Amino acid sequence: MLDDKDRIFRNLYGRHDFGLEGARARGGWDGTKAILEKGRDGIINELKASGLRGRGGAGFPTGLKMSFMPKESKDGRPSYLVVNADESEPGTCKDREIMRHDPHLLVEGCLIAGFAMGAVAAYIYVRGEFIHERIRLQAAVDQAYEQRLIGKNNIFGYDFEIVVHHGAGAYICGEETALLESLEGKKGQPRLKPPFPANVGLYGCPTTVSNVESIAVIPDIMRRGAAWFAGIGRPNNTGTKLFCISGHVNKPCNVEEAMGITFRELVERHAGGIRGGWDNLLAVIPGGSSVPCLTADQCLGDLYMDFDTLRNLKSGLGTAAVIVMDKSTDIVRAITRISYFYKHESCGQCTPCREGTGWMWRVLTRMSEGRAQKREIDMLLEVTTQVEGHTICALGDAAAWPIQGLIRNFRHEIERRIDEYAARPDNDHGVREPAMQAAE
Amino acid sequence: MTKVIIDGNEIDVPPEYTLLQACEAAGAEIPRFCFHERLSIAGNCRMCLIEVKGGPPKPVASCAQNVRDLRPGPNGEPPVMFTRTPMVKKAREGVMEFLLINHPLDCPICDQGGECDLQDQAMAYGVDKSRFQENKRAVEDKYLGALVKTSMNRCIQCTRCVRFATEVAGVPELGATGRGEDMEITTYLEQAMTSELQGNVVDLCPVGALTSKPYAFAARPWELGKTESVDVMDAVGSSIRIDTRGREVMRILPRLNEDVNEEWISDKTRHVVDGLRTQRLDQPYIRENGRLRPASWHEAFAAIAAKVKASSATRIGAIAGELSAAEDMYALKDLLAQLGSKNLDFRQDGQALDPAWGRASYLFNATIAGIEKADALLIVGADPRREAAVLNARIRKRWRAGNFPIGLIGERADLNYAHQYLGAGPDTLADLADGKHEFAELLKKAERPMLLLGAGSTARRDGAAIASLAAKAALSLGVVKDGWNGFSMLHNAASAVGALDLGFVPGQGGLKAAEMAIYGTLDVLFLLGADEIDVASGAFVVYIGTHGDRGAHRADVILPGAAYPEKSGIYVNTEGRVQMAGRASFPPGDAREDWAIIRALSDALGRRLPYDSLPQLRQAMFKAHPHLLRIDQITPGDAADVSRLASLGGQPDKAPFRAALEDFYLTNPIARASAVMADCSVLAEGHAALTAAE
Repeated sequence: MLDDKDRIFRNLYGRHDFGLEGARARGGWDGTKAILEKGRDGIINELKASGLRGRGGAGFPTGLKMSFMPKESKDGRPSYLVVNADESEPGTCKDREIMRHDPHLLVEGCLIAGFAMGAVAAYIYVRGEFIHERIRLQAAVDQAYEQRLIGKNNIFGYDFEIVVHHGAGAYICGEETALLESLEGKKGQPRLKPPFPANVGLYGCPTTVSNVESIAVIPDIMRRGAAWFAGIGRPNNTGTKLFCISGHVNKPCNVEEAMGITFRELVERHAGGIRGGWDNLLAVIPGGSSVPCLTADQCLGDLYMDFDTLRNLKSGLGTAAVIVMDKSTDIVRAITRISYFYKHESCGQCTPCREGTGWMWRVLTRMSEGRAQKREIDMLLEVTTQVEGHTICALGDAAAWPIQGLIRNFRHEIERRIDEYAARPDNDHGVREPAMQAAE
Repeated sequence: MTKVIIDGNEIDVPPEYTLLQACEAAGAEIPRFCFHERLSIAGNCRMCLIEVKGGPPKPVASCAQNVRDLRPGPNGEPPVMFTRTPMVKKAREGVMEFLLINHPLDCPICDQGGECDLQDQAMAYGVDKSRFQENKRAVEDKYLGALVKTSMNRCIQCTRCVRFATEVAGVPELGATGRGEDMEITTYLEQAMTSELQGNVVDLCPVGALTSKPYAFAARPWELGKTESVDVMDAVGSSIRIDTRGREVMRILPRLNEDVNEEWISDKTRHVVDGLRTQRLDQPYIRENGRLRPASWHEAFAAIAAKVKASSATRIGAIAGELSAAEDMYALKDLLAQLGSKNLDFRQDGQALDPAWGRASYLFNATIAGIEKADALLIVGADPRREAAVLNARIRKRWRAGNFPIGLIGERADLNYAHQYLGAGPDTLADLADGKHEFAELLKKAERPMLLLGAGSTARRDGAAIASLAAKAALSLGVVKDGWNGFSMLHNAASAVGALDLGFVPGQGGLKAAEMAIYGTLDVLFLLGADEIDVASGAFVVYIGTHGDRGAHRADVILPGAAYPEKSGIYVNTEGRVQMAGRASFPPGDAREDWAIIRALSDALGRRLPYDSLPQLRQAMFKAHPHLLRIDQITPGDAADVSRLASLGGQPDKAPFRAALEDFYLTNPIARASAVMADCSVLAEGHAALTAAE
């Protein structure tokens, strides 16, 4: 379990002042000048040594990502830092807590990260539905400007602007290139890669897009040292992480814990255990709605909550949004609802996702009622593989994975439901498929 | 050049090639829907997926990646790509299945049937049975105007039309609303598109979502005879393909010609087809007691012969129209020469240009393809968007590439590229010629500046002085220099350059068109499809033409001729490019090809012309004008002509330049007979009114 002294988000629950004074009292903005004096390479090397992996879901090493930025502008293009605060993954609610309770961690992180990559400005793209968060964040940014912590001629001697931008509430704008498009005022549709944002990003300039949490932990890593951060957690999965525990636990909560804490400890210690006891556990979605679910069996042993362990189980840590489902859950309907979400949020740009998400959702809808054929289960699985990996962005994958997880782990449940439906005397046995074909 | 290995074949390709181009260079066929050579890359149909070795274990959209972005193998081996592996096949079949699940099965009633990319590729990558048990998506059809019919159920959201409208046509009126499977292509406000090139979206649409409204349910592609030809609706001379069923022209499509129209044509070119069927003159007429009555060719010729014999040579004249082929004008000129008359002209609009000034004085010397090489442009007295829509697309293409300052002198025009409005009249041009304007500096600094002179600016009383002033400006601004002649005359009429080349202008002491048209100057006037001029009463008018338009109304004898799809003829476009139009159909009824009418008439007048067939006529014409022999080529003018033109001098008056075209859609008798063009004209006017009210 994480010691209180090792916590980075010391005002996660908003019990203290969110503003500059409060932040300073908690150690924020302390020694920032000394951090910047380490120089760009110093900061990036420290970040690499800390083993910080991006907290947005993909887990790409943050220090490495920053090092892709050009060392100096050869053609006069400025560099930008873009902070992805479009937190829309169902189940995830960590960035909003940072923004409304500890926004100065993010502001300071922007300055340090921006300095490390030679950026002239940071754009923070806040999700459309986050009104309160935006107000708090803007207030923090204003305070920082007032105290000349950022802006032109600030006390650190590195001119740096921060712009808080309010999105309009589309899930796809959390995809980094779609976010850039939206930030530029265009329709939020992912761009083709390459070119990658580090070459051609916002307004055609080198850009790094990072998650709020990834940026907000940087000041503390710099202050306490890479070794401290790397000492928490498990190899290759270091540091602390915000877990968002929701669903059928006794006390749903957000909590900062060490990476690689076991699932059982996480739930027992912070969420008050599973509703109805551990025997009542049905399934867990360990990393936000886009990752495949795990069965209770997989969760009972030493399930380390980190990137690598979960990936080996064909799931993922994602945003560490742990959704717990007990045996009262209709798992097929639950996944159907997630499938509807992806169908609704698909941007419609490329074919497999545009056509596939609707198809998958419709088949699942029938399956959740049992109104399907068993052979359609394999067909559905094949459709998910036809979507996965064939699209411009990862939304196609995100739409496919939960369904793959469902079929992998709960095929028997779907089959049982189909059998039950077929056995009911008041229906005409499954899908009215022949009639449909004749009409076509 | 970069080495790549595609399906085991090692080839060298330029690094800026996309993988798709590289694969095609290696002989592999890549299916695609959204990719189009002349549009930006969208990469959204996902049909062109291929496998790249060493990359992530998923297929790559080959249209969207450059060869230079490929990583070499671990020991520096060339990148390896596969286009025929099971992974690629499965990926394409998957995408095809997705495209088909919501695509209606209405091929039998779809106008795209038989020339549909989706149909063709479904043959290769589709399966015969659908696994999709749900209901298909229904999308409301959209209104896009008089030319483009929509059936949006069929749309596969490739966004080619959106990109065409935004990039090539320069009217960002099409877009996609909605998200995911609810994404729809629309004009947002259910308004007609305002582009002169909108018909091209029909060609671009890979499925039957956008089809031609006037051609709806008219024919199937496999029933059509296809003839390659040249357009005569403007002076660009776009390459077209005329599709006929029996003797009826069903539709006109563009033909690829990088030098002229790339693969676009204007809406007038495409949709004038129904004008070829209505208002046609299909037999000779003679005016008796003020009314036209049908007559035989014999009667008609006899009536003309009587009048010609009764008049003196100086009181006989001929005016050629805007759609006349070189052969027709050559024969008519020959006939007038035989009759001893010097009164011949084609300049119905009072154009001042004179072949005596030299060929470079009236050609689009920069050439259309040359626009892309230019780096500054001055437009004088022209609205290229309406006078030559396809050429304007080339200007826009160059403008989009950047660093292309454009100045405009003349009437303010709704051009679809940013331009600096310099002034309204010859004064501004004179200022520029004297270097008194800041834009002059831009032109002087440019390596290959262009001066585009509209035909409208010289079609006025002081036209010669204006042409001379423009030439002077061209010289002082460095538009004409070694290896570059940017002095470019933009004509409106397909016959103009041909007529100038043939010298179809008044001889020594001959009358100009305007003089021939006034009362009392002539006894007999031949109008060869000349409908843009008002002929005063008095003269005996012989109209050789195709449509019951202005010329036919004034005529005393009508000799029915052949429209451009109905005869083979040579046309010289505004660049001076000699092109031969093919014969796709036959003239209606008793109508005959124009040269044959003139030849037969010459017999009746007792002045038999020395050729009995079109090849013989051409032989004579080529002998007199050898450059017309070089089909599809340009015989460039001598740049010294421009200096000679500049030295003519003259005092232009101060009147501002006026637009040459009043209505883009109704410029010639065929277009005026077309109901589709009339609809477009009304729509365009309605749009103008709306903008004014805004």
